Amino acid sequence: MIEVENLTVRYGGVTSLDSMNLVFEKGICGLIGPNGAGKTTFFNVLSGFVRPASGTVRAFGDDLLTMPHYRRARWGVRRSFQTEQAIEELTVYDNVAMVHSPLRGSARRADALAAIEFTGGGLSPYARVGTLGAGQRRLVEVARAVAGKPRLILLDEPAAGLPDEETAHLAAVLRAIPSHTGALTILVDHDMSLVSAVCETTAVLDFGKLIASGPTAAVLRDENVMRAYLGTAEVAT
Amino acid sequence: MTVTKSDSAAAAAAAGRRPLLRRPDKPVQASVIVILLLFVLFVLPSLMSGYYTGYMTLAAIYSVVCLGLGLLVGRVGLYSLGQGAVVQIGAWTGARLLYGTGQPFAVVVIEAGLVTMLIGMAIGLPALRLRGLYLALITLMFAGAITVVLATVNFPNGGGGFTGYNGGSLHIPPIRRPSIAGTESAYFRYAVVVAIIMFVLVYAHLRTRPGRAWAAIRQSEPAALAAGINTWFYKLWAWALASFITGVAGAVLAAEYQHLYSINFATQDSIILLAVVLMGGVYTLWGAVIAALLMQLLPGWLQSLGVSYAWLDILFGIGVLQVLTTAPTGIADQFPKDMKRLGRFLWRQVHRPSARGAPGTSGPPGAPAAGSPGGGAP
Repeated sequence: MIEVENLTVRYGGVTSLDSMNLVFEKGICGLIGPNGAGKTTFFNVLSGFVRPASGTVRAFGDDLLTMPHYRRARWGVRRSFQTEQAIEELTVYDNVAMVHSPLRGSARRADALAAIEFTGGGLSPYARVGTLGAGQRRLVEVARAVAGKPRLILLDEPAAGLPDEETAHLAAVLRAIPSHTGALTILVDHDMSLVSAVCETTAVLDFGKLIASGPTAAVLRDENVMRAYLGTAEVAT
Repeated sequence: MTVTKSDSAAAAAAAGRRPLLRRPDKPVQASVIVILLLFVLFVLPSLMSGYYTGYMTLAAIYSVVCLGLGLLVGRVGLYSLGQGAVVQIGAWTGARLLYGTGQPFAVVVIEAGLVTMLIGMAIGLPALRLRGLYLALITLMFAGAITVVLATVNFPNGGGGFTGYNGGSLHIPPIRRPSIAGTESAYFRYAVVVAIIMFVLVYAHLRTRPGRAWAAIRQSEPAALAAGINTWFYKLWAWALASFITGVAGAVLAAEYQHLYSINFATQDSIILLAVVLMGGVYTLWGAVIAALLMQLLPGWLQSLGVSYAWLDILFGIGVLQVLTTAPTGIADQFPKDMKRLGRFLWRQVHRPSARGAPGTSGPPGAPAAGSPGGGAP
């Protein structure tokens, strides 16, 4: 469980997150909102790239924000990036085994191979990532995210730029993540059909403010959410 | 998709059988390397004149220096213009210990590497907070400073005190060499063996966790951080490793020259080093060997032809331009590809009647390197 309290992030004069209060319970939670709403900023706070102006984030009882960023991976934070960041020079296996985790030796190896197998898509552990296509590279990132006993998985638009059949495969993989790893997964995406297919609950950000959260189907019908996406009026909360 | 089912199944089976083997072996490449090394160690010394033995020894030593710089530039993305100074630190330390103590040569070589590593790390600690051009500038300043300091302190020549320099002595004893490598060709073999050990050391790093971390840091620091890689620590590790092997090379260099003078070393050597390393190719280990041959053997060859080796500065300048504009992977990667393309071209010229029309089957020349580096030569 992730409890976010009064989280505020400012870049100079721009308030990217404005006293955000939110609880992610378990399973897969969607986080949506128009461009510039603060979704990636929120991920950057959780992975330690951005220091918030104020607020706390408690993850499974631990204060996440006081951990140095490279320690968070060992604790169990995983993330993928909006622009895919699989390391081209390395093999699929090395890309997955790269994650720092409490596992050692053969357990670590088995875990990495299991993560690659979990994502499917015909990934060979020995293929160099530089030779793979976009869909498979995304799967490598997902494999890296589920490897090494994760507790919190942050996926930033994993389906961006993928054709429909690959998105469908990815959706099936994403749905299986909670039962496979037990980790809380937060999914940011603009593809509403993917979000409604995968996420049980969804939160909506707009201009750094939380405007709705709850079961996905209800949130997507919410009037404020429609307005924020269609951009007809400034949303009052 | 590019990966077939049988491929991944075979890989999974291999993973179950030999989990230690992360990549399929390349038996051809491995045997080529072994044969080449045997040739260099046992046949080449008897074929070379004394003139070329000296230059080849320098090339063997500088292949290690280039390996260190190639590691920093190609694997981690750190541009250092101070490696020439790091060689000097290793040479000074090695010479001092060889004059001042009776320790075995190999021990002194390792000690010189360790001392150089510590000094390199002391400089790396603040310098690694910078990157790109600023790191290059600060390391160049460092190279200049070291050159000035050593021009003042002088290299040891068997005198007393900490500096080991005796300005008034007429007879300067040579820096000693290992007892098993007294002759020129024996010392060449010794330098090659040291180089092999250093290459193996670096190769072992590249194939394990540090190599993965460096590859991640070079491509994307955010991805590396998100995977829990302490980027600062691994950068310092690369810096320390490069300093160590360069220090080792410096100590071997000291005993190759046998008399060291500060005029042997110039600040611009560091820049030449970066130039040849870029030309040789920073993404493969072969690149370091090619770079060292360019830097050390080419001048000797030109001199034997009666051509001034000052031409090399121009040649290297053109070479670096070429690398930066058209062939970022350097000679080590580009040459086999060019040879393959030339072969295809000649093949098409000969078999013109059965022309296959579109050469598109062979892939565009600018396509990312899918084949294994260095494995392209027929």
